[in-house]
Amino acid sequence: MRSDPEDYELVAPATLSAVLPLLAAEPGEWLPIAGGTDVMVQYAAGKLPARKLVSLWNLPELRHIEVSHDAIHIGAACTYTDLREHALIAQEFPLLAKAASWTGGIANQNRGTLGGNIVNASPAADSLPALLVYEAELILVSLRGERRLRYVDFHTGYKQTRLAPDELIRAISLPRQFAGYISYARKVGARNAQAIAKVCVAAAASLQRGLIADVRVAAGSVAPVPLRLRETERLLRGRAVDAVLVEQARRKAGEEVRPIDDIRSTAAYRSAVLGNLVAEFLIQLTAEQIA
Amino acid sequence: MTADHGRCEVAMTVNGKAAKVCAHPMERLLDVLRRDLGLTGAKEGCGEGECGACAVLIDGELANSCLIPVLQANGASVVTIEGLAREDRLATLQQAFVDCGGAQCGICTPGMIMAATCLLRKHPQPALDAIREGLSGNLCRCTGYAQICEAVAEASAHGEER
Repeated sequence: MRSDPEDYELVAPATLSAVLPLLAAEPGEWLPIAGGTDVMVQYAAGKLPARKLVSLWNLPELRHIEVSHDAIHIGAACTYTDLREHALIAQEFPLLAKAASWTGGIANQNRGTLGGNIVNASPAADSLPALLVYEAELILVSLRGERRLRYVDFHTGYKQTRLAPDELIRAISLPRQFAGYISYARKVGARNAQAIAKVCVAAAASLQRGLIADVRVAAGSVAPVPLRLRETERLLRGRAVDAVLVEQARRKAGEEVRPIDDIRSTAAYRSAVLGNLVAEFLIQLTAEQIA
Repeated sequence: MTADHGRCEVAMTVNGKAAKVCAHPMERLLDVLRRDLGLTGAKEGCGEGECGACAVLIDGELANSCLIPVLQANGASVVTIEGLAREDRLATLQQAFVDCGGAQCGICTPGMIMAATCLLRKHPQPALDAIREGLSGNLCRCTGYAQICEAVAEASAHGEER
């Protein structure tokens, strides 16, 4: 059943400092809406519980990317297009650029925002494994002030987060420490554009004298939240990549997660494909090392 | 903005002309274009941002108008399929869709052409992969896409006049 616009209120303050008092006065009553690519879908289906919405679209404080010598700060309302077109993101954070390129089609990339993707908290979201790999930190803001939270601690369960009812994500901060890493990203779904992932993986590793010095592997659609594969990473760290390790990692990754059966795929398929993607990452790692 | 039973005034530039509407802020831009402004070129396909039939340009960027609350378009410049032709002459892309058989039932065509317009502005000479990516958010159930990609390539070879 379609929603009736008359049942809803929407305001569009011109600045962030005008948004925060609304959230503080009635915590949990106001639903922020940025590009609308998730909120408006729920609205169209008559499934939007919130009745009061506050627009964050194009708020200048949330729509810029700031580079310092040790970090990049991405405003929460930056779109996937903003991410794709940013030269430093393409160069130093290619997993994020790639995820942005396969989120939705161009129209949704022009509206969908990184902050929205995080708060919407879908375990299948394309950009979230990349944020786990890059050790993202969230800068949260409310009338009470700002606080920083490691992104890995943000999701507490399926669609559950540590965001307080009066808070917004202001920016996402990524440390600039991954320049020499070899990265791997792959989404398995009915098709790349528009379709939601059955499994997606983002991974990066650095090699020293033929050994894996550091490695990060994260996956989407295999748990209630986007997940770092800590056991797989522990297995890989300090090892040389050979056929034995590839098989061990394939098995470990598949065993480490407990995916579910749903309309898009089955648990067994997701575990098997996750193992295969981790194996493909390692095989690609050796290929790039030789090249 | 003046409130009137929850309605608000929204001022936009639509196809180059100033347009003012009085609407509920959560009304979809798609509905305002079609009902209040009589611009029925943008179509409702899925109503959830999956099919691209309602695509328009907002401040030069492709967007699905079914996902835009009209208040978010306040002050914006909106271009719909009706804004592409010049008097009685079709835009190069529109003519190429006619010539290549890129339109069959026609429901996806306005959104397809808006997506292609946006693509050619950013990449005037796109390779086939880039055409496919540029149109990947627009679904067509008739053509099988080959004629659509041909039409975009054809328009690109002619050079889109802007």
